[in-house]
Amino acid sequence: MTTPVIDLQNVSVAYQDKIVLQDITLSVSPGAFLGILGPNGSGKTTLLRTMLGLTDPFDGTVRVFGKEPKKLKRLREKIGYVPQQSHIDLTFPIQVKDVVLLGRAYKMGLGKRPHNQDREAVEEALELVHMTDFADEQFGRLSGGQRQRVLIARALALQPDLLMLDEPTAALDVGAAESFYEWLHNTHKNLGLTLVLVTHDVGVVSRYVTAIACLNKRLVAHGLPENVLTEEGLQAMYGCDAVFFHHGKVPHLVVSTRDPEKT
Amino acid sequence: MIDLMQFTFMQRALVAASLTGAVCALIGVFVVFRGMSFIGAGISHASFGGVALGFVLNINPLYTAIGFCVLVAWLIGWVTEIGRLREDAAVGIFFASTMAMGVLLVSLIKGYQIDLFGYIFGNVLAISRNDLIAMAVLALLVFLVIFFFYKEFLLLTFDAEMAAVTGLPVKWLNFLMLTLMAFTIVLSIKAVGIVLVSALLVIPAASAVQLTAHFKKAIIYAVFIGVVSCWSGLFLSAFLNIASGATIVLTATAVFFICTFLSPQRRKMRRRIGTLVKTQNS
Ligand SMILES: Nc1ncnc2c1ncn2[C@@H]1O[C@H](COP(=O)(O)OP(=O)(O)OP(=O)(O)O)[C@@H](O)[C@H]1O
Ligand SMILES: [Mg+2]
Repeated sequence: MTTPVIDLQNVSVAYQDKIVLQDITLSVSPGAFLGILGPNGSGKTTLLRTMLGLTDPFDGTVRVFGKEPKKLKRLREKIGYVPQQSHIDLTFPIQVKDVVLLGRAYKMGLGKRPHNQDREAVEEALELVHMTDFADEQFGRLSGGQRQRVLIARALALQPDLLMLDEPTAALDVGAAESFYEWLHNTHKNLGLTLVLVTHDVGVVSRYVTAIACLNKRLVAHGLPENVLTEEGLQAMYGCDAVFFHHGKVPHLVVSTRDPEKT
Repeated sequence: MIDLMQFTFMQRALVAASLTGAVCALIGVFVVFRGMSFIGAGISHASFGGVALGFVLNINPLYTAIGFCVLVAWLIGWVTEIGRLREDAAVGIFFASTMAMGVLLVSLIKGYQIDLFGYIFGNVLAISRNDLIAMAVLALLVFLVIFFFYKEFLLLTFDAEMAAVTGLPVKWLNFLMLTLMAFTIVLSIKAVGIVLVSALLVIPAASAVQLTAHFKKAIIYAVFIGVVSCWSGLFLSAFLNIASGATIVLTATAVFFICTFLSPQRRKMRRRIGTLVKTQNS
């Protein structure tokens, strides 16, 4: 078996004394397209942040490309991340093309100026999200959906091997979301990059992903879409109290609760 | 002979004013957008302890202030880093304790209070050759580091989380930025004074962003505004015999209002600056 791109073993995460993720064991193999589903507050964003080393688990091990997230060093160049919410100051005087270019800040090397290949990557990325015409606009003056597209372009400009997307289409109109997923699907097929996508859109998930993780503080279900996306499966995550799941070769015992507070 | 003396004196003051205005404005653009202006106020007040130490030890107070301010800046960074305290609380503690230390040290010496006033309120006309050399070295360091790490500081300022995700050494850059702030503050206290230097960090930068949506241009405008404010402060104080620091800051404030007036569509920005200026004055 090849080393998984992401490997979590019994990972638990807490904010102060509140446990947000408990005993998560999950791996993502190269070229996989993992969809993460779960109700609000179920820990999806926290899971991505843990994978990126932005949040430290109090228990368990996290490996990305076989390394601890804090020790990825240059392997970080291979990871693109589109955050759900960004704390960006909208009054910041910066142009769209520079926002995208800064995605490559580390890749360019400390103290190095952008080269032609950097600018080309920026142009390509902006083209992919149809924002070329806005390259010289001030970032803060775009609409929410346009800003989200720019943040997607920023992740793409890295030409990543692993792309993590946290509800990337939440602010996109239907057409843009549709074409974005279309593009994502094709890129995944053609380039074989590994995708982790957090979404509430079950339709997208069932059509494109190769694996699903249902989260509600614990990993409620994990496996192939056709096994997980059953009526009971979704109910388990968003509703009733305890359900057994069998998927893949390994049967999993899965416990879920409506309210992650109560476990 | 006296004329010549005044000439070199004035030249020195002019160079000092230019360095102060330019470096404060340059760092200021980053400080304003990183929301670090309160740290700036903290470090500048802490410099009082460093200056007092110089008086007691009979060393050029600028030299002791450099070490002292860098130390305090790192302490603020470290206490915040380990997550024990919010940044503003950390600043509040060091702000007060280093001032207290300065007052205590000053009470040990008798007679030199006149000189000390020059540090507290600034006296751009009383800058010695050694002072100027120290200022120039600090200014050069700040310029070089910003020039070299421009894109790193830009990303850190614009989106610190993404800076960490992409792999930039965020912790290290943070401490570097704090160090540069300490350098900038120390090199400026002779011209604008301990009390007012943090205003010079904020006002030119805040004025510049009224005029442009472009970060590099904002830096250029800010440096221009900073230098012009410092020059006018210098000349007004030299010819009208009024305090240089206060004149510089009031000129900069006037420029800020002109810039705001020139940019009526940036209402949001104005509100933001309003709160910044308020924290400065408190
Ligand atoms: N910085 C934080 N400090 C304290 N608690 C937090 C913090 N961030 C998230 N939480 C808590 O952790 C839990 C999981 O949050 P998270 O953002 O991971 O959920 P999510 O699944 O991404 O939700 P959504 O669908 O709304 O994006 C929530 O209960 C939230 O209140
Ligand atoms: Mg989320």
